[in-house]
Amino acid sequence: MIEFLKRLFGPSDSGATAKQRLQLVLMTDHLALAPEMIEAMKRELVEVISRYVEVDREKVEVDFERHDHALAMMANVPILGVARPSERAPERAPEAPAPVLAAEPVAAGPQPLQQRKRRKKAQRAPA
Amino acid sequence: MERSSSFLSVKKKVGNVSTRRIVVTSGKGGVGKTTTTANLGAALAKRGHRVVLVDADIGLRNLDLVLGLEKRIVFDIVEVAEGRCQLRQALIKDKRFESLAILPAAQTREKEAITAEQFAKVIAGLDEFADFVLIDCPAGIETGFRNAVAGAKEALVVTTPEVSAIRDADRVIGKLLEVPMPISLVINRLRPEMVRTGDMLGVEDVCEVLNATLIGVIPDDEEIIDTTNRGEPIVLDESNRLRTIYDKIARRLEGEDIPITSFEKPTFFKRLIGAITTG
Repeated sequence: MIEFLKRLFGPSDSGATAKQRLQLVLMTDHLALAPEMIEAMKRELVEVISRYVEVDREKVEVDFERHDHALAMMANVPILGVARPSERAPERAPEAPAPVLAAEPVAAGPQPLQQRKRRKKAQRAPA
Repeated sequence: MERSSSFLSVKKKVGNVSTRRIVVTSGKGGVGKTTTTANLGAALAKRGHRVVLVDADIGLRNLDLVLGLEKRIVFDIVEVAEGRCQLRQALIKDKRFESLAILPAAQTREKEAITAEQFAKVIAGLDEFADFVLIDCPAGIETGFRNAVAGAKEALVVTTPEVSAIRDADRVIGKLLEVPMPISLVINRLRPEMVRTGDMLGVEDVCEVLNATLIGVIPDDEEIIDTTNRGEPIVLDESNRLRTIYDKIARRLEGEDIPITSFEKPTFFKRLIGAITTG
């Protein structure tokens, strides 16, 4: 009877399991093939966090972990210091770019990914 | 609209800008690249196109065997590249289709016996003989793959609905996008019954996972083994259901818009029936 219900309501279908496993493994494969993208992401991540707290830039670690059903990014960001609220610089308006970001070549970091994504879509459209 | 131009009657024009150079590739071995190349080539020839099939698997020649042309080989692609014979001399004309020929791979040479530049040059030389050049790519993503891709302007990626084949197809698609070239996906050996019961990835699933444009779905069929055993293209067998499928892929390659048969996911009702009948 349990078998019957299993077949009726699923997940009896190994096809769905295959799809889920594949999507996960392909994400991992794509990440492994794009180390420069991960580096760029790490740099930007540090920039953003540094606006709020003092970060030990040398010891920042970014890893990807596979769980049963999902891929997770784990970032380990050692914090060296946090200023008192009264010492913090006044918050910037969201649309104003941080000077530190604008000055660094880091701003060009995410560009290749966007290009790749666009190209991927364009290339896979019908010939 | 049968075109009766005989194969070796070389048209006196320099190059054929419209020649389609298509690499048939997969990453994983054994998913049906050679069978697809042979049968699709025969289907295109039957539709009146001049077709040359190129075996790019140096050292592991098989396309000739699948098409029953193995006894007639004199020269091969490496000898053409080395200038030991004319391209025309190396082409083996098919017995059954006037406008179909193959360019065999070398069987006793290494993959390194031909460079990507040499390969591309030989393929370009086929423009004057063919409307369609299908390049049967070896498995893997190394030298042989790079050679085969160097000669092509577009790609057919063949996969089966299995996790290992799909992962390898994804890797190959990534490589082809770097070239870049247009890519069409062929899903081979689909078992509709298993898709219906949810035990096999469906057509939509494979396309979604690979984010690729589908050009054909070929169901698993024992008869393909039978026809391959005898070295006969399946398009010759009027009673075979796969014949129309290869013909449709050929027409889609020509640009015709023909809907692809979908093998739907099981509905609740179908599952209920399945559960009752099997359990």
